Parts: sequence; C-alpha cells; structure tokens
Amino acid sequence: MSKTTLTRRGVLRTGAVAGAGVALPTIFTASSARAFTNEPTGGSVTLGFNVPQTGPYADEGADELRAYELAVEHLNGGGDGGMMQTFSSKSLEGTGILGKKVEYVTGDTQTKSDAARASAKSMIEKDGAIMITGGSSSGVAVAVQGLCQEAGVIFMAGLTHSNDTTGKDKKANGFRHFFNAYMSGAALAPVLAKAYGEDRKAYHLTADYTWGWTQEESIKAATEALGWETVEAVKTPLAQTDFSSYIAPVLNSGADVLVLNHYGGNMVNSLTNAVQFGLREKQANGKNFEIVVPLFSRLMARGAGENIKGILGSTNWHWSLQDEGSQAFVKSFGTKYGFPPSQAAHTCYVQTLLYADAVQRAGSFDPCAVAEALEGYEFDGLGNGPTLYRAEDHQCFKDVLVVRGKENPTSEFDLLEVVEVTPRGQVEYAPDHPMFAGGALGSCNPGA
Amino acid sequence: MFGLGKRDLTLFFIVAAMALFAPFILNPFPTDSGMAQFNAGYPDLMQRFVIFGILAIGFNILFGLTGYLSFGHAAFLGVGSYAAVWMFKLLSMNVIPAILLSMIVSGLFAVVIGYVSLRRSGIYFSILTLAFAQMSYNLAYSVLTPITNGETGLQITLDDPRILGVSATADGGIPVTNLFGLEMRAYETLNIGPWAFQFSVGYYVAAVIMLISFYVAIRIFRSPFGMMLRAIKSNQNRLYYTGLNARPYTLAAFVISGMYAGLAGGLLACMDPLAGAERMQWTASGEVVLMTILGGAGTLIGPVLGAGFIKYFENIFSKINDQVVHGWVSFLPDGLEDLVVALIHPFVGKGWHLTLGLMFMLIVIFLPGGLVEGGQRIARRLRRKPSPDDAKSASTEPAE
Repeated sequence: MSKTTLTRRGVLRTGAVAGAGVALPTIFTASSARAFTNEPTGGSVTLGFNVPQTGPYADEGADELRAYELAVEHLNGGGDGGMMQTFSSKSLEGTGILGKKVEYVTGDTQTKSDAARASAKSMIEKDGAIMITGGSSSGVAVAVQGLCQEAGVIFMAGLTHSNDTTGKDKKANGFRHFFNAYMSGAALAPVLAKAYGEDRKAYHLTADYTWGWTQEESIKAATEALGWETVEAVKTPLAQTDFSSYIAPVLNSGADVLVLNHYGGNMVNSLTNAVQFGLREKQANGKNFEIVVPLFSRLMARGAGENIKGILGSTNWHWSLQDEGSQAFVKSFGTKYGFPPSQAAHTCYVQTLLYADAVQRAGSFDPCAVAEALEGYEFDGLGNGPTLYRAEDHQCFKDVLVVRGKENPTSEFDLLEVVEVTPRGQVEYAPDHPMFAGGALGSCNPGA
Repeated sequence: MFGLGKRDLTLFFIVAAMALFAPFILNPFPTDSGMAQFNAGYPDLMQRFVIFGILAIGFNILFGLTGYLSFGHAAFLGVGSYAAVWMFKLLSMNVIPAILLSMIVSGLFAVVIGYVSLRRSGIYFSILTLAFAQMSYNLAYSVLTPITNGETGLQITLDDPRILGVSATADGGIPVTNLFGLEMRAYETLNIGPWAFQFSVGYYVAAVIMLISFYVAIRIFRSPFGMMLRAIKSNQNRLYYTGLNARPYTLAAFVISGMYAGLAGGLLACMDPLAGAERMQWTASGEVVLMTILGGAGTLIGPVLGAGFIKYFENIFSKINDQVVHGWVSFLPDGLEDLVVALIHPFVGKGWHLTLGLMFMLIVIFLPGGLVEGGQRIARRLRRKPSPDDAKSASTEPAE
C-alpha cells in the first residue's frame, strides 16, 4: 500500500474511462421535447403501490394492497372483471392499459412522510412507475402528493380524509376519491343532533396531525351550527398507544359527548380505554354519555370488538351496500381473499380503475393528458352512486354513509349498519370554502 | 499532497473513485434481468448513501475519537433540514445558503445541548442527549407546529416569498432546488447494452460535499486536536491530573459532529425539499449509532460503509414482496415453491428490520470491528498467499 507505482498505461486507462464516463451522458441530453417522466416504452406499464405495511395503519395498508392486486388482475383481463363491468365508462377492455400489461411495485410508507417519499422516489427513479397511489394517512398523502407533483407523475390518493389534501395542500398532479373531514361533519351532524339532541357538550380527542386538525375543525363547525357546545379539544400524539391519561379528565370536564378524532390503531386503543373507564354507562348533565367516532371503518370496528356497538360515525363506503358496483366488487374480492373488502380497499381499487380509464380515454400516459381526462369527470357504477371529480380541487363528490356499530352482528365482518346515506348535495362545498382555502393546484407537471 | 500521509491519501482516492463511479458500481445487473431488484444505483438511494455517510463520518468524530456515545444526533439532522427548508421558503431555491444556514443553526444547537450534556460522561451523557433529541422531536411534532408544520412535515409551497428567487415558475409550478441554475433533480441516463446508468446532479453535489467532509475528518483524525480527543477516550482522569481541561475539546468535537449532522440534514432537504419531525425521532438517532458500529467505530471509512449497508437494506430489501420471491423460485414444484416463499417471507418486505437485525448481530459477534475488520481479515488472508494482488487497485490510482 505504501508504494505507488504509476504506469503510462494505467494513467491512460484511468483517464480514458473517466473521460468516457463524463462525456457519454451528454450524447443523450437532447431528448424529445414532449417527453414525460417514465414514459412506458415496452409492452408493460408499472404502477407504484405505496402503502403502510408497518405502523399504526398496517391493517389498512394490507387491505389496500389486496385491492391493488385485484385491480391489476382485472385490468389485465384476469378474474371476473369486478367493477369494470358496472363502471359507467366502458373504455377498459381487460387488455391492460392502452394495450400494455399492467405491472406493479410495492413499498412501505411506515406512515412516515420521509419513508413514504423515499419509497415513492425509488419507485419513480428505479422502477419507472408512471403513477403512485396508496397511503393511509393524510400526512403521508400530502407529502407524497408534493413529491409526485415535483417528479411529474400522477398521484391517486388512497385513504386520506384531511381537508388539506384537496384543500391548502392540493396539487395539480394529485387526485382524491376518498371523502373528507368536511363531508363527514356535514353528513354526521344532523344525524347526531337527531339521535342525541341539540344541547350537547362535546369533548374532542384529536390525533395530532393534519387529518386530526381538519377533522376536529369540521366536526366542531358542523355540530356547533346545530347548537352543540365544544368544551375542550385535546391533541394526542399519533404514536400514542395508551389513552388513559387523556380519558380521565373527560369525566370531570362537564362534557356529555366524547368525539374521538382518531383512526386505525389509535381509535381502537382510545375507544377501548374510554369504555374501560365506564364512559358509556355514565350520566352527565342528566343525559347518557355518548361516544362518537367521526371516521369509521370496518377494520377498526373489528379491532375494537364489543366496544363499537351503537357508536355513530361516517364512512366512505361499506361492503353491505346493495348497488351493482359494490356487489360486483365485494363478490370478486371475497372470491379471491375469502372476506369482504374494507373502505380503504374500495377507494384504492376504484382509484386504480379511474386512473386506467383516464389513460385509456386520453389515449396517453402523459400526466397532463390524464389529469385533463379526470378533471370534471362524471362517472357512476363504482359503489357510491353518481360521482364527480371536481376540476377546481381534484376532489370526488359523492354520497356519504353514516353508520352505527351493530348491536347484534351476524358475522365477524357484519359490524356496521348504514344509518343514512347522505346525498351528495348535502356534503358539497365551494372550492374556496374557508376550510379549504390557502392553496393552489398550480399547473400540471409532466416531469422530464 | 493535501497534507495527507500516503495511506490516507490512498484511502481518500479510493473513496473519491467509489463516489465518482457509484452509478456504475451500484448498478451491476442489467435493467431487465431478475437481479435488477438488487440494483441500488438510482439517484435517490445514491444520494442517501453519501448523505448518511456524512452523518456517520460526523458521528464518528465524536464517538470514534472521544468515546462519547451521543444518542441524540438525529436532532441535529432534523434541525438542519428545517433550517434548509426555511431558507428555500424565504430566500431562494439555491442550495448554498440553505446548506450554510443548516450548518450554522445545528452548530448553535449543538453548543447548547453539548454545554449541558457534556457535564456528564458515559451512560449519563447518552441519556441526556437522547432526552434532548426526544424533546426536540416532540416540540417539532406539536408545540412548534407553526415553524415545523407538525407531522405533515415542512414543505415548500407556491405562496412562499423567496425574496431572492421566484415564488412560482413561469408555468405555475414550484421552483426546484438548484445550484446556480443546475437543478438537483436533473439526471442523465447512459444506456450501455442492457444496462442503464443514471447520473444525477444532486448525487454528484452531495458526493463532492461528502468528499470534502471526509477530507476534513481525516485532517481532524490526524491533527493534534484529534490526538487530544483520543486521549480523552483512553483516560480522561489522567488528562485532568496533568492539568488539562478536557471540556473545551469534547465540546468542540460535539459541535463539529453536530454541524456534520446538520450538513447532512440540510443536504437531505436540498435533494428533497421536505423536513419531517420523524427525522428527529430516537430511532433515527439509533440508526446513526448502528451505522457507525456496523461499519467500524473509530475508523475513517467504516461509518460510510455502515451507512451504505443500512440504507441499502432499508430501500432494497423492504421492496421485495411475495410476488418477487415467487418469481425467483418459480422453477420449483408448486408445494415446495410455496414453502420456500413462506420461509423467505418473514425476512423480506416489511421484515427487512429482522434481516438487518440478524446481520447486525452476526457482525457484532464475529467482527467486533465492523465491516472494516471484515475487510482487513480478508486482505490479511489474501496477503498470506504467494501472489499478493489485493493492493493492485490502489496502486494504479494516479497521484498527480
């Protein structure tokens, strides 16, 4: 090691290799003008499914992944076609997308913005994914949506319920099918007022991130408009697993309703703690103490078990819906996996079909053409009735379900009953509504 | 040359060559082959390799030289990122001011934390730094939300002022981070036969900064100051008895190390303008410790290797799903195939932590000196053979 011998040949060789390395790339700089990031060239196209496989939302992530695999199968002509049969657009033929076979890569978001962006980046840079979809947290959705905007690919949001995703953090390359906190509030408040009366005092426990904040804001606004009073709103960390210390003060606060702005594992734990403290048997202000979980899902209901019975909440979709699209989806999901899909699975499946259909209609994978095909698009047959992808903020508008934990479940999946289907008209809002103000879509970015 | 000894110079050139040719070295498999899964030569991961390399080099200045085990280095990484993103929001998208500010802010931060923590040594020091890091994490996560944007993370938006730059580009997009117009995210793809090599601007900027950091680290290791730090590690009491005050030296090492971490954080934000609170979590601090121990604490190149090792597992192994494993073993009969997949399943995809943990245990048990010791053992074994060919690659390096 101590002796350095320089040979003429060695120097020449090193120099030549280095020179070639530096000079070669410039040959390829002059690429075509209308190119876009990851334009699929071969006989296949790659989609990126970025879901939480570890962390508090891992259950949702696993179900989302199942839905994506099912969607890919259907797009490639396998299985029974699922919702492609009932979808109002008939441009998908089961021959992939634009004749290209659909392939996919998966990644773990860990429900952390950093990890999710790293995972999405590797899908875009390494695997050549043309579209990124998934996620079960609004924080992650906002972060990945930002990344996709910068990288120039389409982002089809998975489960994200925060107003910000299509509000102040909306992006031209991002699209959301799932409903949002404002819609939950608008749908839930009248039902709450009818069931529990109009002079209630509410205590909020809120997951401390973008979704929790906007959900708390929305529910507060909607219930206060009907005469409720908000006693206090306490933020809890997302990683919290034991909520005892947060539940104890509720008893002496003078409140008679506890609103749990929690989701996934968080909600299972906080609800279990609340029931253990005997909140549901309590009387406050001469009324029965009630618990409300504004965003419900079947996976959470299963986690919370007995505790969920009789509790009101809202949900994007439920497998017991009787329309043709829902039935077709439940049937093919059930055939493949042996149990009904969750709302997370539904929204992810639908997003994949919607993307594929938009590409098909646009006749190109160019993100700008796809965005144009999705903007202002009216469709039906995907489980929520007639739905509109609004051009102003890339948010879907459709009916919202108000559900209640079933008192006498007939199976381990039959845990929620639909109390009311709130019509689309009641949950619509102007694009410049104060809860959604402050952001701009910007212009579509095709990347490269 | 550069004031380095011959051995150090060789090492420096090896690292420089590795950094320069990383797009080739990390992409050994053709793009459409089944092994392409294991290619790591895409811009994002290469950037992570060198950036976390910087973090580990800095950590090693503290841990490897003085023996003070900081369990809170992620706090400096996070502070650096936030500082850089704020620079992008307020000043301009040029990376230079962002990097400078991230180093300054993290340095100041390190002075404060170090001044308090260094009053104790050993396990108490570790716990104090851990406490400070967790405090920063929780502050960033909730109380300081106006500055840090909480769990969502701080992002640049269209309506940021950017006094020296533009709020939005002409076509209505968010401007991208650049070095005097050279965009960080720009890259060129070089196709040679079935191989595709990606050369990213961001990567080479980060790599050059990593080389500068590495050079500075070598100088510190070989300086009288470095010798003093080693003295602190071997016997601090004796140092006090000889009348020397060790505190200024440890504080200086702590601040330098913190600035390295801040630089790494700032660079992370330059490559991807987002700063999230989870960058400061204790797991992130633990990761730096793992990197250094895995690579070889107290050696120059060890931490860089350790950083690469961990980031490789995190990004490559976590993406191997059951479908991919099925593809590998599809030649086996059906029943056997499912069995093999079921056996591999816990170790890939979301089970990458398990694989990494096992590797870590093996390395710590059998190679206490980390990957560097592994390399030395192999080299020694080769050298015992009659024709010692191992130093050849080093000897052909031009010495200018």
